[in-house]
Amino acid sequence: MTHHEYDVVIVGAGGAGMRAALESSQRARTAVLTKLYPTRSHTGAAQGGMAAALANVEDDNAEWHVFDTVKGGDYLVDQDAAEILCHEAIDAVLDLEKMGLPFNRTPEGKVDQRRFGGHTRNHGEAAVRRSCYSADRTGHMILQTLYQQCIKQEVEFFNEYYVLDLILDQDPQAAAEGEDVAVAGVVALELSTGEIHTFRAKAVIFATGGAGKIFKTTSNAHTLTGDGMGIALNAGLPLEDMEFFQFHPTGLAGLGILLSEAARGEGGILRNSEGERFMERYAPTIKDLAPRDMVARAMANEVREGRGAGPHQDYVLLDLTHLEPAHIDEKLPDITEFARTYLGVEPYTEPVPVYPTAHYAMGGIPTTVQGEVLRNNTDTVKGLYAAGECACVSVHGANRLGTNSLLDINVFGRRAGIAAAEYATSVDSAPVLRDDAAARLEGIVTRLLATVGGAGTERVADVRKALQETMDRNVQVFRDAASLEEAAGVIAELKERYQDIAIHDRGRRFNTDLLEAIELGFLLEIAEVVTAGALARQESRGGHYREDFPTRDDEAFMHHTMAYATADGVRLDKKPVVITKYQPMERKY
Amino acid sequence: MTAVAESPAVGEVTALTVTLKILRTNPEGTADHAAGESYWEEFQVEAHATDRVLDALHKVKWDQDGSLSFRRSCAHGVCGSDAMRINGRNRLACKTLLKDLNPARPITVEPIKGLPVEKDLIVDMEPFFASYREIMPFLMTTGAAPTRERLQSPEDRARFDDTTKCIMCAACTSSCPVFWTDGQYFGPQAIVGAHRFIFDSRDEGQWDRLEILNDKAGVWKCRTAFNCTEACPRGIEVTKAISEVKRALTSGEV
Repeated sequence: MTHHEYDVVIVGAGGAGMRAALESSQRARTAVLTKLYPTRSHTGAAQGGMAAALANVEDDNAEWHVFDTVKGGDYLVDQDAAEILCHEAIDAVLDLEKMGLPFNRTPEGKVDQRRFGGHTRNHGEAAVRRSCYSADRTGHMILQTLYQQCIKQEVEFFNEYYVLDLILDQDPQAAAEGEDVAVAGVVALELSTGEIHTFRAKAVIFATGGAGKIFKTTSNAHTLTGDGMGIALNAGLPLEDMEFFQFHPTGLAGLGILLSEAARGEGGILRNSEGERFMERYAPTIKDLAPRDMVARAMANEVREGRGAGPHQDYVLLDLTHLEPAHIDEKLPDITEFARTYLGVEPYTEPVPVYPTAHYAMGGIPTTVQGEVLRNNTDTVKGLYAAGECACVSVHGANRLGTNSLLDINVFGRRAGIAAAEYATSVDSAPVLRDDAAARLEGIVTRLLATVGGAGTERVADVRKALQETMDRNVQVFRDAASLEEAAGVIAELKERYQDIAIHDRGRRFNTDLLEAIELGFLLEIAEVVTAGALARQESRGGHYREDFPTRDDEAFMHHTMAYATADGVRLDKKPVVITKYQPMERKY
Repeated sequence: MTAVAESPAVGEVTALTVTLKILRTNPEGTADHAAGESYWEEFQVEAHATDRVLDALHKVKWDQDGSLSFRRSCAHGVCGSDAMRINGRNRLACKTLLKDLNPARPITVEPIKGLPVEKDLIVDMEPFFASYREIMPFLMTTGAAPTRERLQSPEDRARFDDTTKCIMCAACTSSCPVFWTDGQYFGPQAIVGAHRFIFDSRDEGQWDRLEILNDKAGVWKCRTAFNCTEACPRGIEVTKAISEVKRALTSGEV
């Protein structure tokens, strides 16, 4: 076992983690711990762009962006946070450009912008060109640029270190309201050796990304297993609004691989088996560029009403055939290649089969606008921060707008990095790590490894598959009490089976069998919280649609969900929504 | 209503049995093999023609042998984790479909060459990333930063577009015969990484980078074997990028 001490430890090296690292490492001694090499992070899979009201190509302003974000989130957005997001967006894009990000350019040489779902001119009049982009690989460019800047600043990375535990100086659920609870550090497993490392730190930032692998059909990477969220939950911290999961309308049918909304921003049209542009019926004003929750529901509805395409009538079609091939090559080269590679479809001449795919967790570890993690509705944990998809500020509310996540990681990654470093330099030392900090984790690893050739009979892959199938079947675009109760029952049963999990790799070095077993533990925890929140929220709002409660109910449910893991299961609480300017209205497009 | 589809939705997909012949190495040894010894092991899996090689590897790991080790993440060719040598050629396992190989014969899967093997298909990537860091892969400018964005014409932006696509999977570098035998050579990826900045009109560090690449470990080691261009899963014309760097060095012009 090796012990380390830093001012700031950042967990995760995607966009949010590296943006935080660029700030933190200038101000305090910083280490970045990451399960993957930084350039493997899923930020790199983001495609369509990053929203900012630069007004480079047409009239736009940050206030319109705030309104769109609030309305897009079905009024569950904390409006003070959305104001920060949209007003700081402009500098966030300009900062990236100055770091060298190769944005597409206008003829005058400025950063080019294009249309995206839910982003409108003057409070919903028409679609506006707000997305700053680099072909359909904007996330790749952001990830590369931030990594390059980290190299320039000599940021210290611990690559392939899998953080498994968060150490606080006391149990945050036992502490009284108003009492100080502080972070002490983290414990990590070095994947290449199997060695346990403890990191004592004055400040810790979680930037661990999403949890899409609770579903079977997902745009998310294999490695997006909700680790950070699960660790926070196990440490006694709440998760906020986990029932709100975004299903991206255009996943490659059957595979879930993401095809950017930019395809529709550039003129692509969704059609059903009859060739009808069905979005005209669901969102007459902005049609195919309605927010993702509405488009995904419309697609699923077309399929279940018998207007799906294909031999099993189980998908709809994304039609790009009216676009010039040269335009497609210039603006959408990667996604059209995905269609060719994985489905054998030529988008120049054939429509592409698509179906909604689990894409993004609107919820996560609750934070303030400075990235400070909340342990209840009002108290923050001293020195603990979160940013990016694993966090919930909440700027996305019940449904995130496309291009607002690349924005989120830059704005709130930066804020968390500054705040953590300033906090770390303001305190003399971190709390002492408890003596049993490493022993506890060693216990977890030893217990799992002890199942090698032992009594464990359950395969990781079987339990995970059962989980993902029940989530796809019961907790996807359409939900109701019966489907959610079924999912809850299956998850409870799978948690039992997980106690009997078997690890077949006997070694310590690069034991990815062990890694997958640990990840599965987090997936089960997250799925349980998602399902519990969805059952309790007896209304339909944004990405959460209850067929048995098909309308939004502001009287009973205009609040955030706060979920805590307790010995008796998930405990749910409420947190008020911050409303500054925009009173909830009916959401039409 | 279910969103679950077992296989890609277009047309009917052929089911088949494929044999994977995997070059394995266990650093801690197994009952039959010494620590660090490399050996071939065959597995048979039921698959669909449209499955990725990565899917077949997962079937082995998840259903037959949990100790099989490889890196992967995004599974659709953008994160660069799963470059491996498949039927003797460097490719991404997640971007290679079984139907594009000959499934009648065993599919050989080996770690990429020229980097130390850690376990099975996992190699030590540190020397690769160290070469990348050497070429100063970040925008270098002088003077005060402008208040708005730096301007760049679409033509200037297009000049280095190809090399911005690099995902650092190491398929190019580990396909290079010079890299296999010469421990000093930066390898093609580092030159691609340098090209991306040398030909960026906003950058002012091009001569610092060119000087590094003019070194004995630099571009002149390239023997234009074109392996790198063939190996690149992103379709980057790697050899062309290297030639442009060579030309800049001989002409003194970028």
